[in-house]
Amino acid sequence: MNIHEYQAKELLQKFDVATTRGRVATTLDEAEQIARELGDIDIVVKAQIHAGGRGKGNFNNKFKGGVHVRKTPDEVRDVAAKMLGQILVTHQTGPAGRLVNKVLVAESADIARGETYFAVLLDRATAAPVIVASTEGGVEIEAVAAKSPEKIIREPIDPLAGLQPYQARKLASQLGFESSQLKNASKLFDGLYRTFIAYDCSMVEVNPLVVTNKGEVLALDAKFNFDDNALYRHPEIAAMRDIAEEDPREVEASKHGLNYIGLNGNIACLVNGAGLAMATMDIIKFYGGEPANFLDVGGGATEEQVTEAFEILIADKKVKAILVNIFGGIMKCDVIAQGIIDAAKTVKLSVPLVVRLEGTNVEQGKQLLKESGLALIAADDLADAAQRVVKAAKGK
Amino acid sequence: MSVLVDKNTRLVVQGITGSAGAFHTRQCIDYGTNVVAGVTPGKGGQMFDGKVPVFDTVCEARQKTGCNASMVFVPAPAAADSILEAVDAGVELVVCITEGIPVMDMMRVKALLRGKKSRLIGPNCPGIITPGQCKIGIMPGYIHKPGRIGGISRSGTLTYEAVWQLTSRGYGQSTCIGIGGDPIHGLSHLDCVKLFDHDPGTDAMILIGEIGGSAEEEAAEWIKAKCKKPVAAFIAGKTAPPGRRMGHAGAIISGGKGTAAGKIEALQGAGIAVAETPAAIADTVISRMKASV
Repeated sequence: MNIHEYQAKELLQKFDVATTRGRVATTLDEAEQIARELGDIDIVVKAQIHAGGRGKGNFNNKFKGGVHVRKTPDEVRDVAAKMLGQILVTHQTGPAGRLVNKVLVAESADIARGETYFAVLLDRATAAPVIVASTEGGVEIEAVAAKSPEKIIREPIDPLAGLQPYQARKLASQLGFESSQLKNASKLFDGLYRTFIAYDCSMVEVNPLVVTNKGEVLALDAKFNFDDNALYRHPEIAAMRDIAEEDPREVEASKHGLNYIGLNGNIACLVNGAGLAMATMDIIKFYGGEPANFLDVGGGATEEQVTEAFEILIADKKVKAILVNIFGGIMKCDVIAQGIIDAAKTVKLSVPLVVRLEGTNVEQGKQLLKESGLALIAADDLADAAQRVVKAAKGK
Repeated sequence: MSVLVDKNTRLVVQGITGSAGAFHTRQCIDYGTNVVAGVTPGKGGQMFDGKVPVFDTVCEARQKTGCNASMVFVPAPAAADSILEAVDAGVELVVCITEGIPVMDMMRVKALLRGKKSRLIGPNCPGIITPGQCKIGIMPGYIHKPGRIGGISRSGTLTYEAVWQLTSRGYGQSTCIGIGGDPIHGLSHLDCVKLFDHDPGTDAMILIGEIGGSAEEEAAEWIKAKCKKPVAAFIAGKTAPPGRRMGHAGAIISGGKGTAAGKIEALQGAGIAVAETPAAIADTVISRMKASV
């Protein structure tokens, strides 16, 4: 799950991580009011969408850039008017762009020293948190890691003991903070680590971290990744979910307990199990087709879920054929077959349907499909199914 | 011969009275697994299906029944604690089927497991089976057949697919281990490869991986240097887009790492035969076995 920049700022503030002053505005009056409260300083107005590259993005109303610095409340109101309710297109949003419903109005930091990168993340290999930091902030960290790996600092953290104060000081020193800034920097690192643990994050990334002319150490922007499995114990984080930022098909699927990810191809697939679902996409591609989605109906899907899955697949206008690939273990093939038959009654199937069933109760399942009189293409095995669906999608 | 479980395995089921726990316990018993105890806190003293005694704690179950393996069906919020309870009781093998355990919980479990003699399989896995002897988990028993090929996999149904291909061609399995799809889990691909390499009852191995992490690469490195037996592999997720979690919590390409292409390159570099499609997994290992005879 992703959250907005303004929400990230709110979380950091709870753990005393120093950041710029400011708040989110949804109306022009609010934007102007926040600017007035911030006082006679430079103020930055930032469009709030879940995508990077905002500064270099363009609005549909021809206004350029989703990040602007202004001096007075009137100017802030004016720039907010050009962003709110408009579509912002960046290199990460795709051509459709995203609707801007909120802007962050904040103090523009008076930066004395440059851009440090600092992240806390979970290292799968060691099953422990690790801090990754670099003096080369403000840019893509992967690029730094590839070009000059010596500039990446990695500090492993003991998962039971947590970040120790000496580790925070060591990092501050390695990152070139001056003696007078050591305390502020260490405090910020400690706050970030506590935020990471408290909210079950898989990553907290600050890019950039800066020092102001007054000697303050500030987190200018933060990106959070949360562990979806732990959201049940963080209702306040779950409440930050912004459905407007997600693919509506994926939102619909998740309501029904289906795991769906939209892709760009024209062959829809419905599979039980994540590994088999990925492998099904791969074999479609191997035989010259393009998968339209990943869809895992899980281990114990009901007939209703199968019907719902079909509705989501059919709603994608690009889809030219559908492949159902089920290996019945716990899930019985006759239940899946009944789900397909019911779905065909309620959903109008306008594209060819290839069905491959194997496993528990496979004969009963095949028999049900045969007796239903549905116009479907039965496949013998996985390779046969993939070849048939690729052919069907090409209209052959 | 087999690895980790066989006809001498004495199983305790944690969460035996829940609906999933009860259903799969019956399936395991039907397969021939020796289920000696169940644990559900607060239900100690009951009998499950009139034949399996239920205890309040794993410690008590261990003392009274000598259980040496556990199957965990406890819901995600309490599952990590249940794993630790089994480890504390000295249960040698803990198989956690539960899906959706917070990764921070598993991080602590991993740290507390260090130095303990217990081994953990999973979580978020189908379990482990030695065909004809012992089934601990949710896999359909009848697709398996006793034999001499070892299976290691991060995924459930994809493993069934591979096993069924083998069985249909007349090739049986020594043991199949589903290590699970979470980013932090117990036994790794490499741990299992070593077990099979030392098992006189295993002639060859199938290693099924997927995008995310670097466990397949680590196994490849060891296989190249030390493994005496033929290995075939398949990696799922060649077509997965970066940055998206493909169902399994651990199946994600992040920061350009954990791609299928990178894993396949590492496996092939180690002399492992990589199946081009999931439909060719059995044929790939069979031809590799024949070539090595």
